[in-house]
Amino acid sequence: MNEVVPASVPVDGLLSVTWLVIVLPLAGAALLLLGGRRTDRWGHLLATGTVVAAFALAVACTVALTERAGRAVSLDLFTFIETGSLDVTAGLLLDPLSAVFVLLITGVGALIHVYSIGYMAHDPGRRRFFAYLNLFVAAMLLLVLGNSYVALYVGWEGVGLASYLLIAFWHTRPAAATAAKKAFLMNRVGDVGLALAIFLMFAQLGTTSYAGVFGSVGLLAGGTVTAIGLLLLLGACGKSGQFPLQAWLPDAMEGPTPVSALIHAATMVTAGVYLIARSAPLYDATPTARTVVLAVGAVTLLIGAIAGCAHDDIKKVLAYSTVSQIGYMFLAVGLGPVGYAAAIAHLLAHGFFKAGLFLGAGSVMHAMDDSVDMRRFGGLARRLPITFVTFGLGYLALIGFPFLSGWWTKDAIIEVALDRGGWSGWVLGGVAVLGAGLTAFYMTRLMLMTFFGTPRWEDGVHPHEAPPSMTAPMVLLAVGSVAAGFLLVAVFPLSGWLEPVFGEPEEAAHLVSPLVVSIVVTVVVALGALTAWLYVGRREVPTTAPVRVSPVVTAARRGLYADTVNESLVMRPGMWLTRALVWLDARGVDGAVNGAAAALGGGSARLGRVQTGFVRSYALGILGGAVLVAGALLAVTA
Amino acid sequence: MSDVPWLVLMIAVPAVGAAVVAALPAAREALARQLALAVSLLVLLLAVLTTIAFDPGGERFQLTTSVAWIPDFGVEFALGVDGIALSMLLLIGVLVPVVVGASWRDTPPPRPGRPARSMTAFWAWLLLLESLMVGVFAATDVFLFYVFFEAMLVPMYFLIGSFGGPNRQYAAVKFFLYSLLGGLVMLASVIGLYVVSNSQLGEGTFAFDALRQLEIDPNVQKLLFAGFFLAFAIKAPLVPFHTWLPDSGAEAPIGGAVLLVGVLDKVGTFGFLRYCLPLFPDASRDLAPWVLVLAVAGIIYAALLAVGQSDMKRLVSYTSIAHFGFIALGIFAFTTEAATGAVLYMFNHGIATGLLFIVVGMVIARGGSRQIRDYGGLAAKAPLLAGVFLLAGLASLALPGTNSFVSEFLVLIGAFPTRPVFTIIATVGIVLAALYVLLMYQRVMHGPPRGVLLVDEDDAGDGDTVRPASGGTGATAVLEAPVRARVLAVRDLSRREIAVVTPLVALILVLGVYPQPLIELISPAVEATMIDIGVDPGGSTPAAPGSTGTGGTD
Amino acid sequence: MTITNYLVLAAILFTIGAVGVLVRRNAIVVFMCIELMLNSVNLTLITFARSTGTVEGQVIALFVMVVAAAEVVVGLAIIMSIYRTRRSASVDDVNLLKY
Repeated sequence: MNEVVPASVPVDGLLSVTWLVIVLPLAGAALLLLGGRRTDRWGHLLATGTVVAAFALAVACTVALTERAGRAVSLDLFTFIETGSLDVTAGLLLDPLSAVFVLLITGVGALIHVYSIGYMAHDPGRRRFFAYLNLFVAAMLLLVLGNSYVALYVGWEGVGLASYLLIAFWHTRPAAATAAKKAFLMNRVGDVGLALAIFLMFAQLGTTSYAGVFGSVGLLAGGTVTAIGLLLLLGACGKSGQFPLQAWLPDAMEGPTPVSALIHAATMVTAGVYLIARSAPLYDATPTARTVVLAVGAVTLLIGAIAGCAHDDIKKVLAYSTVSQIGYMFLAVGLGPVGYAAAIAHLLAHGFFKAGLFLGAGSVMHAMDDSVDMRRFGGLARRLPITFVTFGLGYLALIGFPFLSGWWTKDAIIEVALDRGGWSGWVLGGVAVLGAGLTAFYMTRLMLMTFFGTPRWEDGVHPHEAPPSMTAPMVLLAVGSVAAGFLLVAVFPLSGWLEPVFGEPEEAAHLVSPLVVSIVVTVVVALGALTAWLYVGRREVPTTAPVRVSPVVTAARRGLYADTVNESLVMRPGMWLTRALVWLDARGVDGAVNGAAAALGGGSARLGRVQTGFVRSYALGILGGAVLVAGALLAVTA
Repeated sequence: MSDVPWLVLMIAVPAVGAAVVAALPAAREALARQLALAVSLLVLLLAVLTTIAFDPGGERFQLTTSVAWIPDFGVEFALGVDGIALSMLLLIGVLVPVVVGASWRDTPPPRPGRPARSMTAFWAWLLLLESLMVGVFAATDVFLFYVFFEAMLVPMYFLIGSFGGPNRQYAAVKFFLYSLLGGLVMLASVIGLYVVSNSQLGEGTFAFDALRQLEIDPNVQKLLFAGFFLAFAIKAPLVPFHTWLPDSGAEAPIGGAVLLVGVLDKVGTFGFLRYCLPLFPDASRDLAPWVLVLAVAGIIYAALLAVGQSDMKRLVSYTSIAHFGFIALGIFAFTTEAATGAVLYMFNHGIATGLLFIVVGMVIARGGSRQIRDYGGLAAKAPLLAGVFLLAGLASLALPGTNSFVSEFLVLIGAFPTRPVFTIIATVGIVLAALYVLLMYQRVMHGPPRGVLLVDEDDAGDGDTVRPASGGTGATAVLEAPVRARVLAVRDLSRREIAVVTPLVALILVLGVYPQPLIELISPAVEATMIDIGVDPGGSTPAAPGSTGTGGTD
Repeated sequence: MTITNYLVLAAILFTIGAVGVLVRRNAIVVFMCIELMLNSVNLTLITFARSTGTVEGQVIALFVMVVAAAEVVVGLAIIMSIYRTRRSASVDDVNLLKY
């Protein structure tokens, strides 16, 4: 598995300009940000052009890559930091894993750029939006293309910044500004883990490059590998909205919908999965850390699915769905070599259908005057036919309707989980199946409340279909949603493509026959959908959420109290501590300084009072002094 | 090129400039600031030429000049630079012209009952300060260093005390007394060094190179170390010797604050590296854990305090205290990577925090208040200002792609092998850094327009001057009467302001992507320092994994 | 005839003078009390000079007398000018020089 990087093979031709893939969108962002209002008129076209060009280049590079021995290119660009024993080279690594991500990022990115041309047409900050979007694409590409953990970290925080800027894009809304800050901060908590993992690698191995680290994993003590694995997981949890750092992702929906589609569904939030998959050689050496990854994935997929069932905000439901689906991916990568390919396949399929769903949601919002309350939707299928069809296909793909994307990729994960064997296999498989049922429930609920039933629109709302620049990407993504799973699993098996990275896919002995799994999952999904129909499909949906509900629903509505926990365990004690420290610094530390000054000043003023101005009291002083001296003399001589 | 006395020129040019500016009549303010700009640009040119004349791979101290000054005590006027000092000279060269530009439209504070001071004095003090700052970094004679170290206080005292905010007198005296206290204790140690050299070498000397060779008794070392350390810990400032900085930083005029935090305080960390470590290697090693406790405590403590500040300039000052904790951590971790990172941090912090101070000053110039609560929604009115503000903030929280990331990363990754526990605690500080930067940014720039932006234009009064209204109570009072409030037209950055921030923005981005040239300038000097304290300069990680680092206690 | 008597007399004179300086307010009286103290010291000096048969004590006494005379001239002049401006010779009224 360590023959990943045959760095000695010289790189020439097209692959030697792989860096252009990153530089193109970066240049677009720089031009738009520096160009100012001059670029207002054509800035969005330029931004879209750069991403499309990057996609074309990425396709060409990937094709060139297939013809290359080992299917990997390591490209050293320049010395970033070199001092003492630290040597960080800015370099790129294009291998099957990063190629898959580059295609996803530039491909979906290009589609969403096109969509945004229509979606943001009337926004005064359109140029800024496209600049940030380009910046995001560049940072995300750096994240997946870097050939060392430091390069990954640079991209990692870069996408965090872009995410911050885009969530807070409508920054005059306090909710958006707060959500952006929350996202950045919770990501930073994760980043601490990633940074410490890098420090630990350097301290133990003296290198941070993938090749160097993976080549000497065997030299590390078991505890160290586990520590690195857990720290990396912390970073991954922050970026991917996994338990316990999941609370920022639903709030991030304050950003424009294309942002939710690109960053908070298709690409950035899957960076955690990429990180763990990329660090496969490390995790292979530490079953403990891998088990924790498993547990995080399983817990999160349930949390996301449960919370998704109770929300009325269409984007929040999709956000919790994203949390839940990434939980599936974590579960898969936590299962080790058998799960990596399944995780990446689900990631790609998810990239298609979730981006499509978000774009569809954006189209619905576009039609409904930016409302996101599903209780005020209903009956939109006829008014928004294209949106309905594309959204519906995405929906079917997500819940795992047979032969659509989700069915191929999610079933694969459930199979792998069951194949783990033992009680843990049954538990994980059960959780995954249960999650599939919940997914069917909340997505069916969403579909029914949005597109079916009687219209519950607010006055003055006249739904209309979106312009072609918006619907075209939706159609393309819907096609992807339908076909991706089939293509990735059956036609061009992803596990084969990724073989140079993850090694030979071993043909596991199935404990439960795939056919049985498939049937069971399909039945559970059907049950979930049926339940949803019983709840919202066959009866009128109230336009305001019922207040008197069971504790379970309340808990789900509040995201299983993640915010409550964060607030009472971190935020409020933190504020209290800060206030106490401010007081301590002003009164205690500075008080001691000022107190010393005041004591000195006060003492001298008091001492000065002895100078009364009365001559006779001075005379008494002189006499007293003389007597003292005389007495002392006597005492000494006596 | 190397026979030109570059360092003497770098000290003399601003000193002469200061004298000329001071001699100008008070009415010629415009000429005074033009002269100040010309002189500071000339110094920048000299700094660049000095760097070209410097050979990074050559001897440790280069471009040396030495003239006997007080022969009876072996005091020499000796100058020379290594890579560390040279990077500081470059920082001075870059920052002073920027500061001149940023202060271009400053007006002296009003003095009730008396005519306001002339700004000519401001420009003269500024140039004198530049001259002395160059001297303090270029001195290779400990006594000469001490003289510059103390003399620096005088111009800064007048910059704060004559041209600062409402509470400037208090802040100036506090700054002066704190620094003087440290300086006098250091003087005792300087004399102590002389006495030791007298007994060991037969004749007393203050020459750094000679003192470095002394074999000092460990207990004496500790005492002398303590003297130097206190002076530098106050200057740098480390917690708990820090309380003067928020006052001075808040009350000083923006230009003064930039130089105070950007350069002046670096003398402290520079002193750790140049004097404490090589002169007292045993004491440094023995006492390093205690220094690290102060450093790491400062990172967390000052960051939390920054979160709790309501005054923007105080907030930036507290962030600097946290950053100085990182620098001290890098220096006292005793690895080449961390110490290189610390020096780079000194440079980068000057740029990043300098920019943050300048941008905060621009906000204050528009709103007339230092209080965060008086602002809100500025980004909608002044996007360029908001963008530069954010960039400065991001550089302050060490986001990758900005220069500070490289230095903070180097400090932490270099310190981790020898001091894992301290490093882990310090790394938590990066979350707090994000918190204080983003909190301030959100409150000032995001949300609907509010605060001082809602004042009627007539009521804005001195909105165009840099003098903050104390507390800004007038502006908040307006908030309570929103009926007559309307959104004030806030100017975005003017051409002068763009010219001021551009060099710093460019440096932040360029050094964030390609810091290697600066690292190559710094590394040899850091390696020489590591040899002085008996640490393998090759780096902190051993070839064979599993064993611990080479630094630390022996 | 022992020197004790002379010394006791000198001590008594000095004490009277000292107490006078401390308790009386009139500047003239205080002044006279100071003279009394000076003269008691003179008496002591001369007593010891006589008993030891040396002249130094007598010389010093002469010096004291000269200094005392000069002091009287300056002191009385000051008292006179204060009296002219403030219409009072009390030492307690002249307490501006304080703190």
